[in-house]
Amino acid sequence: MTTPTEGSVVFKNVVKKYGNVTALKPLNLSIEPGKLVTLLGPSGCGKTTTLRLIAGLEAATSGNIIIGGEDVTHLSATYRKVSMVFQSYALFPHMTVVENVAYGLTVKKMPKNEAHQKAEQGLELVGLKGFGARLPSELSGGQQQRVAVARAIVLEPEVLLLDEPLSNLDAKLRRHVREEIRQIQQNLGLTAVYVTHDQEEAMAVSDTIIVMKDAEIAQIGTPRDLYEKPNSSFIADFIGDANLIDCDVTHTDGNQSDIVVAGTKLSLKTPANGTGAGKLVIRPHQVILSNEKTETGFEGHVTYAAYLGNMTQYTVDGPLGQLFVISNVSESPIKMGDTVSINFKDNDIRLVDI
Amino acid sequence: MTRTVTMWLLIGLFGFVLTPWYMTDAGFWGFSWISGVASDGESGSAFFLMLLHGRAWLFPPLIAFALSGVALLLIKNPVQKARVIVGITGVGLLFTMMQGLAIVRGGPRFFESFYSTLGGVDGQLGFGAGAGIVLFSLLFMLTTAYSSAGKGSGDAFVVSLIGLIIALVGVFVFYPVSHILVNAFRVPGGEFSATDFLTRLFSSELWHIGCITFSGSCGPAINSLVLAILTGASTVLLGLAFALIFTRTNFIAKPLLRVLTVIPIITPPFVIGLALILLFGRTGSATALFADLFGWEKTRWIYGFGGVYLAQVLSFTPIAFLVLIGVVEGISPSMEEASQTLDANAWQTFRYVSFPLMRPGLANAFLLGFIESLADFGNPLVLGGGRFNVLSTEIYFSIVGTVADPAKAAILAMALLMLTLGAFLIQRKWVGTKSYATVTGKADSGQHAALSRGVKFAAYTTALPWAAFTAVVYSMIAFGSFVKLWGYDHTFTFEHYIRAFGIKHTDFGWKLKGVAWDSYFTTLEIATIAAPLTAIVGLGTAYLLVRQNFFGKNAFEFSTMLSFAIPGTVIGVSYILAFNFPPVELTGTSIILIIVFVFRNMPVGVRGGIAAMSQLDKSLDEASITLGANSFTTVRRVIRPLMGPAILAALTYSFVRAITSVSAVIFLVSARHNMATSFIVGRVENGEFGIAIAYSAVLIFTMLFAIILLQLLIGKRKLRRTDRVAKAH
Repeated sequence: MTTPTEGSVVFKNVVKKYGNVTALKPLNLSIEPGKLVTLLGPSGCGKTTTLRLIAGLEAATSGNIIIGGEDVTHLSATYRKVSMVFQSYALFPHMTVVENVAYGLTVKKMPKNEAHQKAEQGLELVGLKGFGARLPSELSGGQQQRVAVARAIVLEPEVLLLDEPLSNLDAKLRRHVREEIRQIQQNLGLTAVYVTHDQEEAMAVSDTIIVMKDAEIAQIGTPRDLYEKPNSSFIADFIGDANLIDCDVTHTDGNQSDIVVAGTKLSLKTPANGTGAGKLVIRPHQVILSNEKTETGFEGHVTYAAYLGNMTQYTVDGPLGQLFVISNVSESPIKMGDTVSINFKDNDIRLVDI
Repeated sequence: MTRTVTMWLLIGLFGFVLTPWYMTDAGFWGFSWISGVASDGESGSAFFLMLLHGRAWLFPPLIAFALSGVALLLIKNPVQKARVIVGITGVGLLFTMMQGLAIVRGGPRFFESFYSTLGGVDGQLGFGAGAGIVLFSLLFMLTTAYSSAGKGSGDAFVVSLIGLIIALVGVFVFYPVSHILVNAFRVPGGEFSATDFLTRLFSSELWHIGCITFSGSCGPAINSLVLAILTGASTVLLGLAFALIFTRTNFIAKPLLRVLTVIPIITPPFVIGLALILLFGRTGSATALFADLFGWEKTRWIYGFGGVYLAQVLSFTPIAFLVLIGVVEGISPSMEEASQTLDANAWQTFRYVSFPLMRPGLANAFLLGFIESLADFGNPLVLGGGRFNVLSTEIYFSIVGTVADPAKAAILAMALLMLTLGAFLIQRKWVGTKSYATVTGKADSGQHAALSRGVKFAAYTTALPWAAFTAVVYSMIAFGSFVKLWGYDHTFTFEHYIRAFGIKHTDFGWKLKGVAWDSYFTTLEIATIAAPLTAIVGLGTAYLLVRQNFFGKNAFEFSTMLSFAIPGTVIGVSYILAFNFPPVELTGTSIILIIVFVFRNMPVGVRGGIAAMSQLDKSLDEASITLGANSFTTVRRVIRPLMGPAILAALTYSFVRAITSVSAVIFLVSARHNMATSFIVGRVENGEFGIAIAYSAVLIFTMLFAIILLQLLIGKRKLRRTDRVAKAH
């Protein structure tokens, strides 16, 4: 249903300021048609501002916004072929479900019968056939959410925007609905931009994730890239859990790096961006603890152990500082108060912030 | 844009060529001007006046229309086209208004040589229908073009609404008030003098403090000030007692207290004064009772400071009550609960937590009472009795007195304005920003702390006697209207009602014989026209303030709220000074009454609208916009249906205020358009209390009926909404 340029979103040096406050530093990004891209980041990072700029609900202070090959920087939201699912759903409480879904069609002067017919089709698509005559207040949260999605997609927008669409749902429903949203997006081949602060949600639905921090992009990549190849300690910490340990890189040749950490020299099978002070990223499950003293490895002291069924979590104090460790060995012999030796599975360790 | 601008251009041209430029005596809707529009010097259109009567100075709109037409046709780049049209229409608007201001009946007032060469020596009348149509079409061409002249300047509907409201507030609030300034600077000879202005404004005649130093009487400014401070303090005290009883106790008669909040809204302002006279006047029931029981002398103490003070406290306590209910309820119960879990007792919780949190609200209520007291006109008029003069009544007497003295009225108005604006500014700058009220929309499920015994006792002993007194005062209104002559002849009679509202059957059918029918119908008609206009202007302004961002928004908000702080008498005087002459000559018409109500009551519509609109999730608008609707469609299909209660409140309030208002109206009524309140004041001045009270009672019932009718009409379309459905889980 889309031609190649239709549905693409391009930002060229877009800046947004509110008075003296910079909400968005010069931002460049390009979103391919048919992909679901997530804007992820802590609150206040500029992700919602970016989404609202695409929608046209905010005007860019400078720069250009191009949607589907057309410069829409000065076009108001009314005239952009973009529709949005709001965090609060923003269903019109005085209209029935079908009136809500047909709203966008009727304001474009489509005859009422035809609009309602299309709206019913939209409702069918989200699995709400037969709910048209109800009021939004008579639906559950998950159903309201799906009405909001139906209302946005019946307009066949070039880009579908979703602003934290799951934040008002309970945890179990969230997983179900996000799968549905992903399915609808893929079936219709829609370009979608999705805002969330929940990294797990982002990993689960996205083709590409754009992580933002302090009004600019921190890293762009697939979910796997971001987890396995973080470009900074911020990303490493934000996407999944990570132990960040200060170290000194003495030598690197693209595949192999020599570092000094806590006075000990180590050789790692990972590249570094140069030499000097940096940080070691070690995921909790990459730490191996053992009761017996090993040849290599650091000595540590278990200050906390929590059994969580499928795994055990430890906090270990030692020369590397406090480490957060996850062990999948269910019958682990290690207890709180034990002295242990610490080793790493070194294949996935990363060096950042050099 | 091109389409809308073209539409306004055609409308403007129609107004220029085919409707009478000046206001005609016969009125626009009489359509008697049609025959003269192409020839007559008085009811002619601007176009024919230029052609046939040598009034070349009416050229600016024609040139603006012509140039805009050329720009529409020839310029291709839309942004450039819009900018050119903004320029043309802006200049056209300016020159059109300037010729109106410059050339009055006697010829040009300024730029004499320029306008004389254009034939302006004859002078001209005030703007009429044609001028109105032309000015508005130029304004909307300007705003529509402006909306597409730059980036992100919003859509035509929003810009036009901003332009319209600025223009209306400018013409009907700032323009007249500026006339007060001008007149205040004018010394008797007609010259302007700043030094003279200051000496007159701060003259001892206004400000002497004899009554405080026990050396004679006080000036009206000091009288007003002292009265306002005492009234403000008393109403806050009583209001707080009522609010505490209402929100923090299990008092049985709470619904009756609710009634207390509604009653004053539908009470014409001097009715309480009248009732007090019936109680405490020389022939009053209470006076007679005390004379019998204790042998007290029958005096006229009610006419003077005591009476006015009593009447004002009775009138304004409910307002303080209403404000303070919100303040007391606004304190989050969890804070009081926190205090209690920290082992504070009820008195300590009140003393160290609740009361400090209420303090900004109390200050706010005090300033409201202060402003209301300063602005009050009805009570001092009825009870001042020539012995106790306040600024608002002095202003009235210097206009309607034996010698009309507009300069003196202007000085008095300036003094009054200074006091009310001062209080208004303090309220906004200091109190307004210091509110601890914690109403968040989020349901706070705690329980308010109960009052300690001492506080409870104090509240009951203050409030309950006062409530009983209020009840007695209001029951006087009912009795007073059925008694032949209060204090002398207490026989039961319908005479007053028959005189006022009698109907007689004659040979020609039923005839309204009562003396009050004329003013009654005029009042209803004007209130009915003014109410929806007030609601539209007020809610439109609220929409702009809550939902739109634009340059100068703070100044815009301030100026729309300003007319709240301008006392009615000041508005009345300023309207007389400004609208008695061309270019806007409205005195003696019913239009001026409608306009004065719209702009007097607009701030309340604005506030109500702001409160209601703040509760509507902004994402509803944004959802509508992203679904392809423009602002106008969004307002029409999403906001308006959800604003039902606020619309109802604005309509009711402005209708009722139009009926009860007296201060501004009394300057503006005419023989043809008399209003109920000024009719009643006339009766009071003649000592005909019976008929005045009977009429007031009829007004109260009319308003009750109207309120119920509006509730039924608008409330019936059920809105089927739970609060912020969006958040429902």
